Amino acid sequence: MSHRLSGRPLHTDRHELHGVTVVLDTRGDATYVGRFDSQDEHGVHLFDVGVFDPATGTREAYLRRSVQFGIRVDRPELTVPTSDVARVIPLGQLEL
Amino acid sequence: MPYNPALVAPMREEMVHMGAQELTTGAAVDAALGDQKGSMLVFINSVCGCAAGNARPALRLALQHGVKPQQVVTVFAGQDVEATSRARQYFAEYQPSSPSIALLRDGEVVHFVHRHMIEGRSPQLIAGELTKAFDKYYGVAV
Repeated sequence: MSHRLSGRPLHTDRHELHGVTVVLDTRGDATYVGRFDSQDEHGVHLFDVGVFDPATGTREAYLRRSVQFGIRVDRPELTVPTSDVARVIPLGQLEL
Repeated sequence: MPYNPALVAPMREEMVHMGAQELTTGAAVDAALGDQKGSMLVFINSVCGCAAGNARPALRLALQHGVKPQQVVTVFAGQDVEATSRARQYFAEYQPSSPSIALLRDGEVVHFVHRHMIEGRSPQLIAGELTKAFDKYYGVAV
């Protein structure tokens, strides 16, 4: 039974990025890293979201830190209006 | 709120089946990780089907490798809350995520696999990365 459980998502009716940690770049200066939950008329919903703060360094350095040490959660959840979203890419696929 | 124990029982059993020691209390974590010697893999188990559903089979594959940690222990995030929180204190420089995997040697974290390194990858790919880490940090098979 346990073997059948593994390798199979418990929910198959969600967005293909559901549960995936993504980098979301906006059309403005903001970049977020968080777990993609869903997308609807309100926008893209993320959980456990890290917020890039330009005062702490470059975006690239922030993403490198996130890849190496994980995402420091600044906001438990966040909705980004779809019109503000420039790019969404899985953190694990990011080439730095 | 913890999941129904009946739901997670097979996920626990899967780990025990591959030889992992379940740590369900903070005291058990301290007993295993405090003054830890030799090589140890700590698996933060998770109910998440998207990532943990690949991580557990990956571990099973990786643990068939010639070089592997001397001890494998596991805590269950969202289920054994105290034990998970305590375990994370032993690798506090890494942000919490689940599932995740820490490789320790004499109490030091030598390699860490975050959830984002597991998501979307096949068990074979994850296992391949793990066995490379086993070779690198725990010696090379001859």
